[in-house]
Amino acid sequence: MFLTRRSTLASLALLVLAASPMTHTLSHAADQALVPAQSEITFVAKQLGVPLNGRFKTFTAQSAFDPKAPQTSKIAFQVDLGSVTVSADADSELGKPDWFNTAKFPKATFQSGAIKALGGGKFEVAGELAIKGNARDLVVPVTLAQAGGLSTVTGTFPLKRLDFKVGDGDWADTSVVANDVQVKFKIVLQGVPAQ
Amino acid sequence: MKTSQTTSIERYSATAIALHWVLALAILTVFAVGFFLDDLPFSPFKLKLINWHKWAGVSILFLSVLRLLWRLAKRPPALPARIEQAMPGWQRTAYHGTHHLMYLLFFVVPLLGWAYSSAKGYPIVWFGVLPLPDLLPVNKALAETLKDLHGLAAFGLIGLVCLHVGAALKHQFIDRDGLISRMLPGR
Repeated sequence: MFLTRRSTLASLALLVLAASPMTHTLSHAADQALVPAQSEITFVAKQLGVPLNGRFKTFTAQSAFDPKAPQTSKIAFQVDLGSVTVSADADSELGKPDWFNTAKFPKATFQSGAIKALGGGKFEVAGELAIKGNARDLVVPVTLAQAGGLSTVTGTFPLKRLDFKVGDGDWADTSVVANDVQVKFKIVLQGVPAQ
Repeated sequence: MKTSQTTSIERYSATAIALHWVLALAILTVFAVGFFLDDLPFSPFKLKLINWHKWAGVSILFLSVLRLLWRLAKRPPALPARIEQAMPGWQRTAYHGTHHLMYLLFFVVPLLGWAYSSAKGYPIVWFGVLPLPDLLPVNKALAETLKDLHGLAAFGLIGLVCLHVGAALKHQFIDRDGLISRMLPGR
């Protein structure tokens, strides 16, 4: 009962926030939403030289992004690691402690720090990526394209799987699964102001 | 006069002899690896073995192309007349049939394995360096069929190899006709 009332209150507060002419940044936080059906996070890992394509099916994002005010913008992601799919063999393996250990670490998170505009729809997003309890700072170059009220943010960045202890134990052998993993994303957001 | 009888047998070329023994060793090894692979638990070791099996299989395929071209360019020696005359008709048929079928399977077995890998969604990157084209688009159901066919064909090839070795040993130890000397390394 108490919980229900609290969430109702929270929704009400959100509605008020969204409806009222609040300060610039706050209104973005309330209005912007991820369009999951059009967004994707994929990666390529190499197994003995063979590229394997993987994908995370479930993730959420919160953004307060204003292309005209990148310094006050923020974006955060939570990726459901259990939603990974590569191949039948690999999928049953990836949840295990040597890989993502999804029982203990269900989500990978990214929280932006400084966002810098480079011009021409290009930005540099610094931030902290945490997987399996290991956090690393990284800078991700992204491209913003806007059309029909939707904003599409695309980018790729490399990561070293062993920085995050993904593929530990016997699997730490990089001659079998390479350390370098290319992550590629397409994030479609609603409600981002025009650039 | 046994020696003069043996030396009168025309030998295979040095290239053909080298290809024969290298491929014999490679085929037996890759078969044994393939046979034990299936029951191994998923591990980095298994992945390494799977990939070495594929790389070796593709190497066998390419070497077999070379071997066939060499065989067409430089015809192998015919059976010595006195040995052929001593063979009943069915043995001559078996002799030619076994060789033709083995050559067919030198290509069929690795091609089925390659197609299986493609259908399963794992392109072959030869020795982890050279990406080879996929023979088929990804199709999980077809992959399982191809896996079975690859295994059946491999067992067929090994069956023929046993027949071939058995016949060679029969010529050497029962007929004592020295036929094996034409494929033995050395002079």
